[in-house]
Amino acid sequence: MPMQTEHELHRRRRSRNVGLGLVLAGFVVLVFGLTVVKVKQGDMMEAYDHQPRVSELPREDALPAAEEAGE
Amino acid sequence: MTDIHAYEGAPEAEFGDYVALLKPRVMSLVVFTAMVGLLVAPVDVHPFIAFCAVLFIALGGGASGALNMWYDADIDAVMLRTRNRPIPSGRVTRDEALAIGIGLSGLAVMMLGLVANWFAAGFLAFTIFFYAVVYTIWLKRWTPQNIVIGGAAGAFPPMIGWACATGGISIESLLMFALIFFWTPPHFWALALFMKEDYHKAGVPMLTVTHGRATTRRHIFAYTLVLAPFAIWLGLTSIGGPLYLTVSVVLNALFIRGGWQILRRDEDAAIADGYAVEKRVFRLSLMYLFLHFLALLAQDWVGTW
Repeated sequence: MPMQTEHELHRRRRSRNVGLGLVLAGFVVLVFGLTVVKVKQGDMMEAYDHQPRVSELPREDALPAAEEAGE
Repeated sequence: MTDIHAYEGAPEAEFGDYVALLKPRVMSLVVFTAMVGLLVAPVDVHPFIAFCAVLFIALGGGASGALNMWYDADIDAVMLRTRNRPIPSGRVTRDEALAIGIGLSGLAVMMLGLVANWFAAGFLAFTIFFYAVVYTIWLKRWTPQNIVIGGAAGAFPPMIGWACATGGISIESLLMFALIFFWTPPHFWALALFMKEDYHKAGVPMLTVTHGRATTRRHIFAYTLVLAPFAIWLGLTSIGGPLYLTVSVVLNALFIRGGWQILRRDEDAAIADGYAVEKRVFRLSLMYLFLHFLALLAQDWVGTW
């Protein structure tokens, strides 16, 4: 007889651990998938981060004509 | 051989017990109606975004189910039907249920905000508050109208789905709300007529107990009458069409006829045939809601007005 017998309690614990593991893995996949979709759709995703951001700069087609003339 | 038990505490929960805490059967209704609300909305949503939105609306619904089980553990322990729920059976503690309910509520609302928009997320938060606090804590033990007001919580999901797509509320989403809202009382009271649960022992005022079965029968019929115009009105809006309207007219005629038959019976006749009519109307009510939303989906697919 093996020293460690499998108690019913262990089965329940394993069920919890496996279940939670799968849920967390699924959540990771979900967030990654969302990121891919949102970036592809070009949604606004940036948060405030104290840095000048490309999205806040004037659009290129709106640049003053003088700059273009200087080139 | 002698068994030595070093541990004799409460039985530990397995994963399925936590799933049961979220009331999966209620969630299936939430998933379906929220999905229809989202899909019939005039704004196209990316399929993966739609999937995630419905998932987190359902999770929010599940979280409010856990909060309901946390608060109602004393009632559930008394009534036969609910005695085997995770908390009364001792597999999950009340504190665990509260933590899971609050934690998953926060997660669901936050994720819905990120997935769809913050209006829909706020709406989900309000729905959870409405079910867990307004219905479960305030009204359920206080008034026999608890079913009517609690039905609102079950009626919000298609509106949230609609809000995920459009970012707002409109007459169509309000009518989808009305469809479930006025459907809930006759559906539930038909069940209450033949289930005869020990609500009285549990201290929950149920119309069949507080005002008697004859009154309940009148209420069922009245609600089938109130329900019909809203269901048909929905067919005349931008998401309606001939297919939905046909389905709706037939189903409402059947439902009103069922309500009328329930009204015309007295308790002796019902006992004599084992509540056959009440059971039939209850099954019809399930089909009523399912087919209405299925018809909305089909109408959206073949083209609305």
